[in-house]
Amino acid sequence: MPTAALPYLPWRKPAVESGPLRLTSRRLYILPTRSGLVFALLLFGLLLGAINYGVSLVYLFTFWFIGLAVVGMLHTHRNLSGLVLRASATAPVFAGETAGFKLRVENPSRLRRQRIGLRHALAWGAPGDLAASGETVLELPLPQAERGWKTPGRFAIHSAFPLGLFRCWSVLELDWGVLVYPRPAAESLPLPAPEADDDTGHTPPTRGEGQEFIGLRGYQPGDATRRIAWKASARGSGKLLTKQFAGGATQHLWLSWWQTPERDVEGRLSRLTRWVLDAHAAGLAYGLKLPGRAVSPQTGEIHLRQCLEALARHGQT
Amino acid sequence: MSLPRPNLPPALAALLWLLMPLALVLAPHALHQPLWISLSWLAFALLRVHTARTGRQPVRRALKMLLALAGVAGVLLQYGTVIGPAGGVALLTYLSGAKLLETHTARDRLGLLFVGCFLLVAHFLDGQSMMTAGYMGVAAIALVAGMIATQSPTGTLSAWRPTLALATRLMAQALPLALLIFLLFPRLQGPLWGLPQQVAAHAGLSGQMSPGDISRLILSDELAFRAEFAGPQPTPRQLYWRGPVLWDFDGRAWHTTPPPRAAMPEATGLGAPVRYSLTLEPHQQRWLPLLGLPVGLPELPGNPSRLGIDLQWQGRDAITQRLRYEIEAYPDYQLENGIRAMDGAPTPALRARALALPAAGNPRARELARGWLEHAANEEAIVDQALALFRSQPFFYTLNPPLLGESAVDDFLFRTRRGFCEHYASAFVFLMRAAGLPARVVTGYQGGERNPLGDYLIVRGRDAHAWAEVWLAGRGWVRVDPTAAVAPSRVERGIAAALPAGERPGGLVTLEGAWLRPLQLGWDLLNNQWNQWVIGYNQERQRQFLASINPLLAHWQSMVWALGMGGLLIVLGISAALWPRLASVCRDPASREYLRFCRALARCGLPRGAAEAPEDYARRVLSRRPDLGNEIKRVTRLYLAARYGPGDDATQRELRAAVASAVASTRPGHRPPAKLDASPPT
Repeated sequence: MPTAALPYLPWRKPAVESGPLRLTSRRLYILPTRSGLVFALLLFGLLLGAINYGVSLVYLFTFWFIGLAVVGMLHTHRNLSGLVLRASATAPVFAGETAGFKLRVENPSRLRRQRIGLRHALAWGAPGDLAASGETVLELPLPQAERGWKTPGRFAIHSAFPLGLFRCWSVLELDWGVLVYPRPAAESLPLPAPEADDDTGHTPPTRGEGQEFIGLRGYQPGDATRRIAWKASARGSGKLLTKQFAGGATQHLWLSWWQTPERDVEGRLSRLTRWVLDAHAAGLAYGLKLPGRAVSPQTGEIHLRQCLEALARHGQT
Repeated sequence: MSLPRPNLPPALAALLWLLMPLALVLAPHALHQPLWISLSWLAFALLRVHTARTGRQPVRRALKMLLALAGVAGVLLQYGTVIGPAGGVALLTYLSGAKLLETHTARDRLGLLFVGCFLLVAHFLDGQSMMTAGYMGVAAIALVAGMIATQSPTGTLSAWRPTLALATRLMAQALPLALLIFLLFPRLQGPLWGLPQQVAAHAGLSGQMSPGDISRLILSDELAFRAEFAGPQPTPRQLYWRGPVLWDFDGRAWHTTPPPRAAMPEATGLGAPVRYSLTLEPHQQRWLPLLGLPVGLPELPGNPSRLGIDLQWQGRDAITQRLRYEIEAYPDYQLENGIRAMDGAPTPALRARALALPAAGNPRARELARGWLEHAANEEAIVDQALALFRSQPFFYTLNPPLLGESAVDDFLFRTRRGFCEHYASAFVFLMRAAGLPARVVTGYQGGERNPLGDYLIVRGRDAHAWAEVWLAGRGWVRVDPTAAVAPSRVERGIAAALPAGERPGGLVTLEGAWLRPLQLGWDLLNNQWNQWVIGYNQERQRQFLASINPLLAHWQSMVWALGMGGLLIVLGISAALWPRLASVCRDPASREYLRFCRALARCGLPRGAAEAPEDYARRVLSRRPDLGNEIKRVTRLYLAARYGPGDDATQRELRAAVASAVASTRPGHRPPAKLDASPPT
């Protein structure tokens, strides 16, 4: 649900900060909520009634509710005061997805903190509670439309607990961000033909590696499942083993900027992203060629991330 | 039937947090509101619970509008208005029920709880007893708990205990501020707009006396007023609290229509005046009790009053709220006027009125009085004759007199001879008038019960009394209490002593010597304090109280100043008490041990960098202090295991031991164990 961002004093524009920061009173704003204003109106009405009818207990209870609002305000302020905030790593997403910015909140006191939420001009996060001396991770889900390194900009951490009559908040900007990969092209095209590095011209093997079996090694994350030696693994100590092949290492699948049917920059990147994903899913070794940047052919999760990052950051520093 | 409480849907839990406080607030209203309002509220609540349980679509919009309009129409029919205390509260009660049907968000619920706050406070227009205040305090806590529950939408019902505890804590913390504002907020005089008309019928002296009126009062324990004397308390014989003075007799009842013209009584006080303050319970009548001849009349807020020629004090309006006033008055006085005009001759009209009797009836009494008039030497002798009659003949003081016939006075004097104050006063005044002496009946209260705990008098319905006044040449109006002639103890020791043992009503039996007595008196003292300090805390009392602290405080400007300063102090105090104490010590025991180790190394000149990982730190220290190698490695390994590994208690203990030995080895002059020296380098 889109909401308005919480305001701040114009001459105290929040600067981009890094590292753990503590919510001190200097950082906290507090104002009545809309319900709080309604409550104030009610109290004013009660006071008029007390004066008119001269009824002492109406006075007393009106003042009691006034005291309650004041105490509630102090409690609301206390609910945020002293918290220590740290930006957490945010998992990369593809353009069009929602990135969950994670803020690690630490409670360095013995008080329970309750109903603390994050709010941004575009979205808000589900509020969370903090046990005494506990910590939690608050998430700010922000939809990402474009690729690249995206920073969320200003956001607010806020709470209206316990009474909802006052809202306390702090407007912050952290040096955090999320890597947004290009949106993968919607329709799947066949992968381009692999090319040989030595320009021999004969049809290269599509495996991406040689076909000559040379032995087994321990499984590493990222190894394609089809290359796992299931029988050997079952016979062995229970650890997975991967078949290694040699030969033909000179022929690789290159996913190249210049091979895409699309001609515009984002279109090319989308296509390449789709290819990279398809090649990874097929367990192929692939390389990536972009203007001014090349990633040599490899397999595995880390390689995938590298390629996607190169695509995401293309044209950006 | 077992309720599946843990599986309660969140919408239903939130709804219950709304319904329970509201029901608590509305229940006392239901006692005096028409039944249909309570029933519709209940129906709305049940309907809402049903929709929340089944998750069905709530009631349609048009129907809701119709329901609201029906409520307005119903209240209009019932009360004739939808504003003002009675009609307004009734309408708000109904609408709070109707609003339940479209309460979906947290803000809706919060708004309804605000309406609950309003309805709660509205109770005090009906009564301000300690019990009411206590109940409303509990209801207020429930409302606050409901407000807290609106802020945490899930799992609120299972967390009812912390929610209620937090609500109680908030209300307790709000109390100092509330009391400060209560004491210092400048009270205003008079209403801003029209006051409600109270329609409560009340037992009390009404300005009319027909047989049985006062005996009904005597059976009541209801409080009439409390009085506190600044100096010594007058003797019981002086404690005649004057109420309505009755001039006219129609053969059966005494009344005063129309009242005699107002004029300052021509009277002189005798002896020293006494000061007393009186807290009058609302009795829905215009007259105000008065002891003795007042030096001056106090101002009654919004109710101008006057003193009649017969020393009867009356306000313009009926007393509908508890009233406190202070008076200085002479217990003994001589009241002259009303009968004798300026030239010494009695004012004819009033004299005639004070002598008037019905044309016929009670022939024997008239004959008796005429006989006294013929034989008596002077007026005093006639009075003595009448009192002697009551004393010598077998007259009894009883609350259950036999029925009197057509000639009530004759019947009483010559046949039944049983009665209580009103019979005696009535018969006596009749005799005096028949004997040619101007006389009148005075009603009011006599005596009162002293509360030793608070040193004040409690005057109740049972102290109601009637006596007579006779005008004697040279002495003016003289009080004569014929009841005292029959039952002197009535005047000296109160009603319970005067009545025959079998006749003491329930409330009176416990009066003397019962073990409950101190409790009753303590309770009354508490009530009295409550009335004076809480309910009766008006403009005058506020000035008085604040001036007793500091005379400067008696002005509203200084009150506002004091309020601001005091409020600031209290808010600062509360926020200091609430301030979260940030943990300066590390909460994790492993980290605590490790920090101890780091501090020990820092003392050796090797402080750990702010962002240095334990292993990097260990390597750095190792290069500088190879002699500590084993300790450093051991501590680092154990710390990492305890903090980031599975971390059981054994690791923890081992770490503590390792840190202890490491800290010991860093101390200057420490000799490493010989075993280490002997070990060959590897």
